[in-house]
Amino acid sequence: MSDLENKLYTVKYTPDVKSHLQPVQECCRVCNSRVCTIICPAAVYEWDETAKKLIVNYENCLECGACRIACESCSLGWEYPKGTKGVTFKQG
Amino acid sequence: MREENKTQVIVVGGGPAGISCAVTIARAGKEVVLIERGKFSGSKNVFGGAIYAQPTREIFPDFEQSAPLERRNIEHKFALLGEDDGTVISYRKNETVSYSVIRGKFDRWMAEQAEKEGVILVEETVVKDLILENGCVIGVKTEIEDYYADIVVLADGVNSLLAKQIGLRGDLKPQDVALSVKEVIKLPEEVINDRFHVNSDEGCIYEIFGGPMSEMLGLGFMYTNKNSVSIGLGVALNELVEKSLRPYDLLDKLKQHPQIAPLIKGGELLEYSAHLIPEGGYKKIPAIVSNGVMVCGDAAMLVNNMHWEGTNLAMISGKLAAETAIIALGKGDYTAQSLSRYQEMLENSFIIKDLRTYKDLMGAIADRKTEFLGYYLKKINSFFEMFTSVDSIPKRQKYHKFIKSIFTDRKISDLFKDMWTIVKLLWSILVK
Repeated sequence: MSDLENKLYTVKYTPDVKSHLQPVQECCRVCNSRVCTIICPAAVYEWDETAKKLIVNYENCLECGACRIACESCSLGWEYPKGTKGVTFKQG
Repeated sequence: MREENKTQVIVVGGGPAGISCAVTIARAGKEVVLIERGKFSGSKNVFGGAIYAQPTREIFPDFEQSAPLERRNIEHKFALLGEDDGTVISYRKNETVSYSVIRGKFDRWMAEQAEKEGVILVEETVVKDLILENGCVIGVKTEIEDYYADIVVLADGVNSLLAKQIGLRGDLKPQDVALSVKEVIKLPEEVINDRFHVNSDEGCIYEIFGGPMSEMLGLGFMYTNKNSVSIGLGVALNELVEKSLRPYDLLDKLKQHPQIAPLIKGGELLEYSAHLIPEGGYKKIPAIVSNGVMVCGDAAMLVNNMHWEGTNLAMISGKLAAETAIIALGKGDYTAQSLSRYQEMLENSFIIKDLRTYKDLMGAIADRKTEFLGYYLKKINSFFEMFTSVDSIPKRQKYHKFIKSIFTDRKISDLFKDMWTIVKLLWSILVK
């Protein structure tokens, strides 16, 4: 396991079946930086070069909101997970 | 339907701002519903962190008797890190200004107290939209149903999608926030006591400059809990973007720094977390009042980053909004004009006064971060390296070499720019 995986392993999640993060793939395809794949503290975003698609591991989202603000084209659809879903911090 | 689901005040967000607001309103005998999106208050919250004794007493006078507190902080350490060395300045006094707490326990406790005092707490509910009628906020839309109120208070945190939705603020820019990552590391109580030189109920705070955050607008922190240590850092989001840095890589480097590593050695990671910190300061405070609505806490960007204060600004702003709401309910007037009393009270309080005092700080430091958060930190360490070295070289020669280096390391003009920045900053902080 990578260092980050070890970290994320400690976080309690209740994942939804539908992602609360909705990138606009047309924008991602022409995005210069794809900065979300770097700055996200949970590495939620991965660029799939063969499929030309941004993969969103939304189950790992820590709900900080950094990706929404950093998104180069300001196109990322970002909302809070449903009330019963998402991350539950016990040690925040 | 609208009459059934109608209350006097709805507070969105069950953190320190929202709870303080709701409990103050309930104490005045008014009907208030507090909506929290997490499973419980504190479950979506992350901070350093410590809560401050005096402002917390303003909301919960006897909190020290029953709240889940970790340690009372008696020592503040300022660690100025070079690459592999560090200088630590520390101030210790047996006086309780703050307590380390775990938000999942402390916020939950506050929410339970508020419930006991009459607040209707609704957990696990996300407010999706605000309901407007003739330019006035009259309620909230949740996933399940609509609720109506005379006044809605937004205490929905740094991302405040709701304040944005009704145009009270624009979108945040990467330079307006810091991305913070934190690890809580389990260690035996005795080990923490030994390593941080404290007794069992006493705690220590580290503010960490430089190291892996050298030349960046960023700050590291460490807090001692009863049986764990919280360590983390916050870096301006634009820095991470521009330098393509992963926040957890920086935290790993900080944990490995020789000044820090021995303090957390052998500990077990309990939880990793991340959160945004509003860093825009005075110049980025949004509109905080409109018809039928007020904004408090992080949602209003009320963070004094110079002094690591946030929860206290949240609590007091929540209280001030509540006092305004109580008067407005008495008059039956929920217009922006009536609620603008909240804005006036904020401006006359330490909250806006302090933010105004530091209005130029972040900009000035950001402009000269290479110098103030890089060069000078290294220089302080190299001074002590020189001062403590024993190498049969005459001391005067070493002093002269060090002093000369201040003028030759960089262009002389840089030295003048730094001094000018400091003079300007001091003027803006102390005078106007």
